[in-house]
Amino acid sequence: MHRRIDWPAHLVLLLGVALFAFPVWLVFAGATQDAGAINRGDLSLIPDFSHLGIFLSVLLHGYGEAGGHPAWRMLMISAGMALSIAVGKIVISVLSAYAVVFFRFPFRMAAFWTIFITLMLPVEVRIIPTYAVMADFHMINSFAGLTVPLIASATATLLFRQVYLAIPDELVEAARMDGAGPIRFLFDMLIPVSAANMAALFVILFVYGWNQYLWPLLVATDPRLDTIVIGIVQLTFGGFTLTPWNTMMAMAVLAIVPPVVVVVAMQRWFVHGLAEVEK
Amino acid sequence: MATLELAGLAKSFGALAVLHGVDLALADGEMVVIVGASGCGKSTLLRLVAGLEEPSAGSVVLDGRDVTRLDPAARDIAMVFQNYALYPHMSVFENMAYGLRIRRLGRADIRRRVDQAARMLGIEGLLDRKPRQLSGGQRQRVAMGRAIVREPKLFLFDEPLSNLDARLRVQMRAEIRRLQRRLGVTSLYVTHDQVEAMTLGDRLVVMHEGRPAQVASPLEVFSRPANTYVAGFIGAPAMNFLPARLADAGRAAVLKAGPVIAFADGPRAGRDGRALIIGIRPEDVTVLPEGAAQGLRLAVDLVEPLGSETLLHGRLPGGAAFTVQRAGMVRVGEEMTVGFSPASLHVFEAETGRRLEPVSLAPPARVESSAAMHGSR
Repeated sequence: MHRRIDWPAHLVLLLGVALFAFPVWLVFAGATQDAGAINRGDLSLIPDFSHLGIFLSVLLHGYGEAGGHPAWRMLMISAGMALSIAVGKIVISVLSAYAVVFFRFPFRMAAFWTIFITLMLPVEVRIIPTYAVMADFHMINSFAGLTVPLIASATATLLFRQVYLAIPDELVEAARMDGAGPIRFLFDMLIPVSAANMAALFVILFVYGWNQYLWPLLVATDPRLDTIVIGIVQLTFGGFTLTPWNTMMAMAVLAIVPPVVVVVAMQRWFVHGLAEVEK
Repeated sequence: MATLELAGLAKSFGALAVLHGVDLALADGEMVVIVGASGCGKSTLLRLVAGLEEPSAGSVVLDGRDVTRLDPAARDIAMVFQNYALYPHMSVFENMAYGLRIRRLGRADIRRRVDQAARMLGIEGLLDRKPRQLSGGQRQRVAMGRAIVREPKLFLFDEPLSNLDARLRVQMRAEIRRLQRRLGVTSLYVTHDQVEAMTLGDRLVVMHEGRPAQVASPLEVFSRPANTYVAGFIGAPAMNFLPARLADAGRAAVLKAGPVIAFADGPRAGRDGRALIIGIRPEDVTVLPEGAAQGLRLAVDLVEPLGSETLLHGRLPGGAAFTVQRAGMVRVGEEMTVGFSPASLHVFEAETGRRLEPVSLAPPARVESSAAMHGSR
């Protein structure tokens, strides 16, 4: 059967794509141009392909003269932080949701509501007390200081609680009759059954961790712990006579790549997982 | 294979008493069906036996061992759930093998048991599939397979057929019965479906408001219901109940609708005028020729032709609802005269609803005769 092309729909879609892709293209094109030209406002939309080497040089050497770190180091710090936060959040919230949903203990609901209330206290709100606590623990300027305060997650606990509440009682009872204890039930039933949710959450949390700015800025003043986001910002306010826009844009392009890889890689997996979900 | 004894088993949720103390003993290899309307406590009873709930009082003794305080897994009981409760992320094989793996059986042993159960159930070809790739009937079989491989002392069935369509239900019903006979495992089966109850059970427990209203063989429950609740619950269409009073020194009943009926099987105890309820099953009612002296006038207000039989609903003089079942397709007028043999009557005390037996006859003698009579009908 011949299908007529729906022009208006395609036009809207193309516009949408352009709207999202244009800034990314602009940054990519800008990275290959001369910093002076960008400062004058002569930003061309056509990349200068002879300068593609800037990506490699930023990756391996950073902005050499100013003493900056190579981007690969900062990417590693960012990746380590984002991974630790995402995995840590998932582990902690799976355990707390498991406890809240499947066990009867005193003050169970009080515990749940306490977790729930922290939804209203993101890092930005509690940043000074959190910094004080980290200082008391001598965790300033350490990788642990960078990640630990961001790991507790009310959102993820809430999400897993809903997922676990939707698991039929009979499934739990069948596992009990089969002789599965609490630990076995967690590993043999809950985790495989909620794997798709964990994948979806991992994507969101990885991007959340990757984009952290305020907390790393405050807690890790040691340049060896600079994340890629901090690195980009430092190029802006680094006291350069001429802001190295092209280096900054190259770094921004490099900074986008890992989250995109995670999203694309996991998307295939979690859409697949969601499609196979069954009660 | 084992015996099961429940003694004074009771359960309350807070102030709400769901089960008021159930005594029941299952012989080795016996299949007992617990039947009742929803909310009668039948599922709670099953869950107490399984160990999924803690009883408020009483004990569960399996094969001579008190298991009342034991964990479900330690009781050596397998259960088939209403919605099958298959593990969605495991293959059929893994579903059946899971309980065995936890019990640390050898790989070869597990393989052998699962293969054997799968052959018995005709699901050998499905072992690698996931539950979502199976039809309802196949899932049902896997759920049973999971129970069978455990080789438990006791099977528990919690309305296992209620999620299947009517055709499959009839087929699986026969299959469960055959399987249970073949394996000889003592079984407790909960259902709200009286046909399932009648066909599957060696004995029935008719539950009503947290108490067993009657515990007896299916035929006895049908032919000698212990009270008006059981009489109304077992048998379709439901039994007709007519208010009456004892008369003629206990030898007869005067129906509120008019006629006097002499009891065929002997007098009932009590003073004349004692309030009774006379029960008569719709299939025991006969239509009398027009103008018959005896009989009741029935004003028909609804005719339900079912093909092999026809149900006539109507009202007697005095307003009592009355149903007649006739074989085949029949044409009827708006009014007819109906009657019944005094031998097919059930007599209950109006106040308590309890069955009233004739005073002169010992009950067991009558069980045989009524069962035989029922069988030949």
